[in-house]
Amino acid sequence: MVETVLETVGLTMRFGGVVASDNVNFKLKARELRCLIGPNGAGKSTFFKCVTGLLTPTSGQVFMRGEEVTGWSPHQVASLGVGIKMQVPSVLDGLSVQENIWLAARRFLSAPEARQKAAEVIERLALGPIARADLGRLAHGERQRVELGTVVAADPWLILLDEPAAGLSGEDVELMAELVREMTRTSAVVIVEHDMQFIRSIANTVTVFHQGAVLMEDHVDNVMSDPTVRNVYLGKNA
Amino acid sequence: MAILPLKEAVTTILVAAVLIYTLPLMISTYTLSILLIYAMLGLSLGLIWGFGGILCFGQAAFFGLGAYSYAIAAINIGESTLPMVIAVLVPALFAAVMGVFMFYGRLADVYLGVITLVVTLILFKFINSTAGPSYVIGKARLGGYNGIPGFQTLNVPGQPDSYIWGDPFYYVCAVALVIVFLFVTALLRSSFGRIAVGIRENEQRMSLMGYDVRARKTVLFAIGAGIAGLAGALFANWAEIVTPGLYSLGQSAEIIIWCIVGGLGTRVGPMLGAAGLAYLKFMLGQQSMIDNTLITGLILVLFVLFLPKGIVPAVADLWKLSVRRRPRRKRPNRRIRAERVDG
Repeated sequence: MVETVLETVGLTMRFGGVVASDNVNFKLKARELRCLIGPNGAGKSTFFKCVTGLLTPTSGQVFMRGEEVTGWSPHQVASLGVGIKMQVPSVLDGLSVQENIWLAARRFLSAPEARQKAAEVIERLALGPIARADLGRLAHGERQRVELGTVVAADPWLILLDEPAAGLSGEDVELMAELVREMTRTSAVVIVEHDMQFIRSIANTVTVFHQGAVLMEDHVDNVMSDPTVRNVYLGKNA
Repeated sequence: MAILPLKEAVTTILVAAVLIYTLPLMISTYTLSILLIYAMLGLSLGLIWGFGGILCFGQAAFFGLGAYSYAIAAINIGESTLPMVIAVLVPALFAAVMGVFMFYGRLADVYLGVITLVVTLILFKFINSTAGPSYVIGKARLGGYNGIPGFQTLNVPGQPDSYIWGDPFYYVCAVALVIVFLFVTALLRSSFGRIAVGIRENEQRMSLMGYDVRARKTVLFAIGAGIAGLAGALFANWAEIVTPGLYSLGQSAEIIIWCIVGGLGTRVGPMLGAAGLAYLKFMLGQQSMIDNTLITGLILVLFVLFLPKGIVPAVADLWKLSVRRRPRRKRPNRRIRAERVDG
């Protein structure tokens, strides 16, 4: 049996009277790729934040590789070997691409090993020509790519990406899709995404969120043709 | 790989040696000593603010704590070696405790500034109110607004009767500053330092990479406080009295101005800013036409308006620019930059 790397049991998050995440039971196997979709306010990001430790769920539990991580801080979750990318590009603006990736690798490797790792990642993501440039001067697509570089530099076994294709040009989206496919060779990947084109090009199984709860979970083609999902997205009553 | 490249260490020591021997030809060693002490104090804030992103309005608190710890320990012990160590440890420990509250409490920058400011004020008020005979630590009376005079000043380790003062004291200060400078350089080159700079740039990213931001900031804050404490202990030896004025807000503000004028994010900047402005203040103190603080304020305003990065980064930029002007082989970087503009 394939190992379950991420599991949530009855995950619920309330903000006052609003239930942003409602009793979510979620399971992800090693090297599985899963997309989370849903209209705005469906609770995808809240779910994401609860899993990464940015929020502590009101009730329910989160398990990673069998270990309970509910209420852990993000750095503790990340230390397990979980790579996280937030919705807004979060990079070290004043530092070079090389330094950004080196710092990510240094967490798990010695300084010289980290240098080697950074060189590898830069090569893999085709960041060579801009390796010495400061992040603050780079274009949006490049920054997204560098942030992914910091994620993969740590060799994570679970990668959580919040809207990696947001704001990217067509060419960059394709590149991103390729990168994600490559990631799934070594790790399980969860992606929160709006871009249907992008999802179609990478995903098999899709989890649909609606009003904080899981609406359905199926192959991407079935989900796309499902009338309920279509109604949810178009805002009609089912 | 050595922590500090030999070449850089040797260059630093050579430059320092030249300065140490030539400066006394222009300025008296008595004045120079205090300039060096202030340079060390400036460097302590330059480290935690310029490289760690921790804006501390209370660096004077650690300076004062160092001076008082030294004075109190020196009176009780009667020899200066151990008190010097205590003067580094007490502020570092105090800062570590403060850091645990501030950083583990996830305080935003503004509140951090407020808390460090208020702690300085509390110390100032408290020390000021300890004039009564009941405030005693061992043999040392705290003395309130009168301060503590008459403690054992710096002596050759193990020989309480051979005092170090005058020119030798200047050399002690200079060597101490060089050692601290090399220590800070090595620290910034190490993984710890690079991670600290990363935290300055983006705390969230660093914690998502798996770094414990709170613990690292606390440690850096304590190191900065330790350096400020050492400067405080040297100050106590220079002035031969410690007074509550060390904790004053004016002192704290001055340290921040030194860093801004000298240049944040550099090691030399805050030191130059400190020594330069302190010397200016010393010169201005010899006349009574213009008020001292007015000039300091004016300099700060002018710098913030026209040279917001400070002297050292501005000079470095200028130097880079003049180097770039020289015709050279085609720089491969050009192409990349052009591409980026297109994208």
